Amino acid sequence: MEIEHVALLARLKLSDREKELFSTQVGGIIDYIHKLNELDTSDVEPTAHVLPVRNVFREDTLRPSLPRNKVLQNSPGKDESFYTVPKIIE
Amino acid sequence: MIQYEAVIGLEIHAQLLTDTKIFCGCSTGFGSEPNTQTCPVCTGMPGVLPVMNRKAVEYVVRTGLALNCDISSLSRFARKNYFYPDLPKGYQISQFEFPLCEGGHVEINGNGTIKKIGLTRIHLEEDAGKNIHEGSANSSFVDLNRAGVPLMEIVSEPDISTAKEAVDFVKKLRTTVRYIDVCDGNMEQGSLRCDANVSVRPEGAEEFGVKTEIKNMNSFRFIEKALDYEIKRQIKVLQEGGRIVQETRLWNAEKGITESMRSKEEAHDYRYFPDPDLVPIEFDVSWTDGIRANMTELPDVKKERFMNEWDIAEQDAELLASERSTAEWFEETVKMGGDPKSACNWMKGDFMKLLNEENIQIDESRIKPRDLVDMLALIDKGTISGKIAKTVFEEMYKTGKKAGIIVEEKGLVQISDASGLESIIDDLLAKNADAVNKFKAGENKLMGFFVGQVMKETKGKANPGMVNELLRKKLG
Repeated sequence: MEIEHVALLARLKLSDREKELFSTQVGGIIDYIHKLNELDTSDVEPTAHVLPVRNVFREDTLRPSLPRNKVLQNSPGKDESFYTVPKIIE
Repeated sequence: MIQYEAVIGLEIHAQLLTDTKIFCGCSTGFGSEPNTQTCPVCTGMPGVLPVMNRKAVEYVVRTGLALNCDISSLSRFARKNYFYPDLPKGYQISQFEFPLCEGGHVEINGNGTIKKIGLTRIHLEEDAGKNIHEGSANSSFVDLNRAGVPLMEIVSEPDISTAKEAVDFVKKLRTTVRYIDVCDGNMEQGSLRCDANVSVRPEGAEEFGVKTEIKNMNSFRFIEKALDYEIKRQIKVLQEGGRIVQETRLWNAEKGITESMRSKEEAHDYRYFPDPDLVPIEFDVSWTDGIRANMTELPDVKKERFMNEWDIAEQDAELLASERSTAEWFEETVKMGGDPKSACNWMKGDFMKLLNEENIQIDESRIKPRDLVDMLALIDKGTISGKIAKTVFEEMYKTGKKAGIIVEEKGLVQISDASGLESIIDDLLAKNADAVNKFKAGENKLMGFFVGQVMKETKGKANPGMVNELLRKKLG
């Protein structure tokens, strides 16, 4: 069931066979990661970055944007000024 | 019957006044042609890297300092994952653990007592684009100009008990962010947005009731109406033995009600995790002190100062301090030698009325502090009366001319020449022998009539003090 939730979050449509296959594979990956639980990490700070780099900034300076035709070029749905997507029903 | 009380917490989203977006150099300007202010970074092209706008971070910290928050020594960014067409990357860069600011409070003034509303946190995040649903039966349209505009989210503690308090809280926040120049506070254009978490519980209960989230309240009036409605709705449901459903509800201004947003209420699962593209931000004291040193004096401090130094009444001081441009205009006037109380009276009266009629800010007006100071000097010297000054002021407002020039051009100099006034009064009394007799017989209120006639005769230019004195003398 968990694999169906993950598939829904990722907007993936899985066949029954795939659900079974990926359940096993993802389960294996998670078991493997659980190996880390064997370590005592009570004295280790949670780490989000391994590099000791802090405070990287840009200044608030304008730079040219891309021309609109370039921006829209790769979109599968567009008109002359917008991206178009299937109607969103709110 | 059980009495209920409401528990309200607010989330305010404020667009920061940077020139460029949070992670790229695209403009944040409002109202441009759709999709003309985007680049590979803010449209989420593969392989691009976001780089943090220093000013956006400093604006959040400035706000934190103004709202008594603790500035985190270490802060980091997280990805909030969900799919929506206005979110090109499939995740929003926001903050989860370690926001830039924590704690803090806002003081609101309710019926003379100060109430402290606690703040949970202030964090920095990027805005999404805009979806447009009109114009086609099969398609929606996406404009990504707003995607990546820096937003700060201010989250309050559930310390608010009434719709009125919620409005006072948002007003106070709006004044503050405008003062410190980090957000323009425009609610209609959406640069300041407010969502509310609302629940009710039996009065005095410890536990919170089930809450609903209210969205789409884009004015102070709507915040008050929506929250009043929602509180009443929840109490009614409970009184009828029902249960509150945890859900998001939208304020419908036309119907004057909140409505359940039934669409895809799948449980949100945002899977926050630290964004590997952005390095943590570390604050040291000198950076924070630098931001603090560059901050303007806050409205509450100004208000106190106006009251203590210049003896301005509390209500007037609050009015003058509520907008930075007004406060600075006032301070400038006093600095140039204008009497604080007179300046205050002119500003809160005639001036604000004229500004409101035209719906402009004080710094957009043709009248500058110097003009008011000059006009006050003319009154002090007796060149014009206070009454004539009203005409002069309106003329200054309309034309931007100096008071002295208007007085000269229109011949508005006050008549303080006793012999001139005397002959006018003599004529008048001769013409109104009846009234003079009645006055002498004890109809004291006719004095007003005589003064009025002299003023009419002199087109309001007679020195009122002298007219009174002369009349009293003549009528013995």
